[in-house]
Amino acid sequence: MSTGRTMLAHGRTALEPRRLAIIGIALAALAVWTALPPWMIRWEGVPVALGLLAAAAGLAAVTRGERRLGSWALALAGVATVAAIWAQTKDESSLGAVLNTGLLAATLRFATPLAFAALGGLFSERSGVVNIGLEGMMLMGAFFGIWATIWSGSWVVGVLCAMVFGGLLAAVHAVFSIHLRADQIVSGFAMNFLALGLTGYLFISIYGLQGTPPGVDRIPDVHLGFLHDLPALGGLLGPVFGQLNLLIWVVLALVVIVHVVIFRTAIGLRIRAVGEHPRAADTVGISVSRVRYGAVILSGMLAALGGAYLSVGFVGSFGQNMTAGRGFIALAALIFGKWKPIPTFGACLLFGFASGLAQRLQAEADISANLISTLPYILVLAALVGVVGRSVPPAAVGRPYVKQ
Amino acid sequence: MSRPGAEGGDGRPRTVEVLTAWFETRAGGLLVPLAAAILAFLAGGLVVLFTGNNPLGVYKAIFDGTGLTYLFPWVQGSERATAARNLQQTLLVATPLMLTAIAVAFAFRCGMFNIGGQGQYWIGLIAALVVGTHVDLPPALHVPACILAAIVAGAIWGGVAGVLKATVGAHEVISTIMLNWIAIFGGKYLFELGGPLQGEEEFIPRSNDVTASAKLPAIWGTLQPLHAGIFVALAALVVYHLLLNRTTLGYEVRAVGFNPEAARYGGISVSRNYFLAMAIAGTFAGLAGALDLLGWKFRVATNDFDVGMLGFIGIAVALLGRNKAVGILFAALFFAALQVGTSTRQLDPTVFPPALAVNLATIIQALIILFVGAEILIVSLWGARRYVRRGRRVRAQPAGGSGGAA
Repeated sequence: MSTGRTMLAHGRTALEPRRLAIIGIALAALAVWTALPPWMIRWEGVPVALGLLAAAAGLAAVTRGERRLGSWALALAGVATVAAIWAQTKDESSLGAVLNTGLLAATLRFATPLAFAALGGLFSERSGVVNIGLEGMMLMGAFFGIWATIWSGSWVVGVLCAMVFGGLLAAVHAVFSIHLRADQIVSGFAMNFLALGLTGYLFISIYGLQGTPPGVDRIPDVHLGFLHDLPALGGLLGPVFGQLNLLIWVVLALVVIVHVVIFRTAIGLRIRAVGEHPRAADTVGISVSRVRYGAVILSGMLAALGGAYLSVGFVGSFGQNMTAGRGFIALAALIFGKWKPIPTFGACLLFGFASGLAQRLQAEADISANLISTLPYILVLAALVGVVGRSVPPAAVGRPYVKQ
Repeated sequence: MSRPGAEGGDGRPRTVEVLTAWFETRAGGLLVPLAAAILAFLAGGLVVLFTGNNPLGVYKAIFDGTGLTYLFPWVQGSERATAARNLQQTLLVATPLMLTAIAVAFAFRCGMFNIGGQGQYWIGLIAALVVGTHVDLPPALHVPACILAAIVAGAIWGGVAGVLKATVGAHEVISTIMLNWIAIFGGKYLFELGGPLQGEEEFIPRSNDVTASAKLPAIWGTLQPLHAGIFVALAALVVYHLLLNRTTLGYEVRAVGFNPEAARYGGISVSRNYFLAMAIAGTFAGLAGALDLLGWKFRVATNDFDVGMLGFIGIAVALLGRNKAVGILFAALFFAALQVGTSTRQLDPTVFPPALAVNLATIIQALIILFVGAEILIVSLWGARRYVRRGRRVRAQPAGGSGGAA
C-alpha cells in the first residue's frame, strides 16, 4: 500500500522528496560532526539548529511521499542531536578513545558472526524455509568447533567439525519443516532449545564447571603489514584491515559469492524459484524438497561458521549460551537487508557498529554497560519500523510444499 | 461425529467401534502430547546413556526431586516432609508457568508466535516492584495495586510488538525477541550498582524487598512456602478459556488466527486484533512476574535476569497443552516438576550433577516442542496403516454415505 503511494509520488514529483530526505540525513550527520574533532564546537545551539533543520527536511519528505528515507531522516535528526550534545561534554582525548580506527575494526569483528548466520539464513529463507534456529546452529558451531579444535589440536578440524554439526542440526530442522510439515517457526525455535541443552550438557559433562582449557589453537589473524606503509590511506587502512581474523576475510568474500550464486547462477535461480513459487518450480522439474534440504543444511553450516568464529576465532573458549541472541539479530539483519546479500551485510555492519560503539562507550565513557547493551536491540526495532512496507519476504516462506 | 467405517452389519454402530472412534477423535489431543513427552524422555535418556550415566537412575532421582512422591500414601516420615517441600516448589514454579503459557497460547490463537513472554514477565515484575517498594498502601489495596501495575506494564510491552505487527508488518518473532533483550538489559541497568532502583545495600546489585503489605499470603509450608498466587493463576486459566471461547473478542481473535484474509472479509479488523491479542498476552505474562515477586521473590537482583527462563518454558507449556486451559494446567505442572526435579536444591548431586540435569531438562523441552509441532510424525506413527485403509473405504463408498471423510 505505502509502496504504491510512494511510487505514485515519485512519478509526479521526480526525485524531489527523496533528495529532501537525503539532505535531512546529511544535516543530521553534520550535527554530530560539529561536536567532534576537528570542529569541537561546544555550544548546544549548533546541533539543535542543525537537528531541527534535518527534522524539517525529513518531515517535508515524509509528507511528500518519501516515507522510508524521510522517517530515517527524522529518526536520525533526533539521535544525532542528542549524541552531539552528549559529545560536547567530552574533551578531545576521550572522544578520540571511542571514535577511532579501532571502532571500525571492532565493527567488522562484531559483524562477522552476524553476517555468517545472516547469509546462511538467506539461503534457507530464499528457498522458502523460515530458519529461526540460526541461533542454535551458531551455538552448535561454537561448541563443536572448540571441542574438535581441542581434541585435534588444529583449528582447521574445529571449523570443519563445526560446519558438520551445524549442518546436522539444520538437517533435523529440514526434516521436520520440509518432510514432516511442522510449523517452521516452532521447529526452528525447538532447534534453539535443543542446541542450548545439548551444547550445555556436553560442555559440562566434558569440561566440567571450570570450562574449556586455555591455550586453544585459534583461527589465525591475517597480517597485512604493507597496508600501514601505503601513502595517504595507510593511516586508515592499516589499523582497520591490517590485522583481521581469517574468517572476517572469508565473510567478506562470501558476501560477494552469495550475491553471485543467488542472482547469477542456475542454482540461485532454482533456490529463488522454490521460495517464490514452489508449484511452478515443481512443474518445470525442479525438486522442491531437494533444493530446500540443500538450502537449509547450507544455512546451518554457515551459521555454525559464525559460531566457530566466536569460540575458536574470537575468544578461544566456550561458555553456555555464548551466542547470546546473535542468531536473532542476524535474522533481523536479513529482514532489514530485504533478503539480499549485500544489503544484509550492510545491516550486519550497522549492528556490528552498534555493538562496537556500545563496547567502547562502556569502557571509556561513564555510561552503564547494561544500558548501552540495549542499544543494538533498540536499533533492530527501529530498523523494523524504518523498513516500513518495503521488506517483502520470499512469497512461499514458511509454507510447506505438498507435491501433487 | 459419525464415521462411516464405524457401522456394524445392521447399520447401527457397535459399541467397540463407537469407543474406538470416540478415542481417535477425542484422544488425538491427548495422544500427541503424551507420545511427544514419551519420545522426548526416551531421546533424553539416550543422551544420558551415551555420556555414561544410568538413565533410569537419573529419571528416578529427578522424579524424587519433584515432590510428586508426596501423593504416594506409603511415603512417610522425613521423606514425606521433604516431598512436601519439593511439591511446594513444583506448584510455586507451576504458577507463573501457567500464566506465561497463556501469554503464548493467546497470541497463538490469533496466529502469532509470542516469544516475548520473558520480557513481558520482567517488565511486569519490575512494575510490581516499583509499586511494592515505593508506594505505601494498606494490605487490601497494595497487592491489587502492584498487580494492576504489572499487567498494565506487561500489556504495553506485549502491545508494542502487536502495534509493530499491525502497522508496519514487523514480524512478532523478531520484535518480541528484541523486546526481551531490552527488558533484560534494561532491568539489569535498573538494579545494578548505582542504578536507579538499586536497594539500600550499597554494594549489592539488587532491589529492596517489597513492603510486608504487598506480599501475598502463604498457604502451604514454611520455608519458601506456596503462596496464594496459585489461585490467581488458576483463575487466569478460567478467564483465558472464557475470554477466548465465550466473548466477541475471543471469537475475532480466533477468526484472525484461523484465516486473517477471511476475517478481514468478514469485517473483522485484523490489525486491531493483532494489537489486542499481543497486549492481552502481555497482561498474563506481566501477571506472572507480579505473582512471582509478591509471592516468594520479594526482590530482584541483576543476575536474576541472566537466568530467567519462565517465559521460554511457557512456550513449551503452551505447545504441550495445545493452547487449551486444561492442557496448560497439566503441562505447567509437568514442566514445573521437570524444572524443580532438576534444580540444584532438589536433585541428589551424588546421582546426577544438577548442572547437567538443567541442560537435560532443556533438551527434553526442546524435543517435546519439536514432536508436538510435528503432529504428523506422531499421527503417522500411531496406526498409519489404519488411517489409510479407512480413507480408502470411505472413498470407495457410494456418494450417499453419511458423514463423509472427516
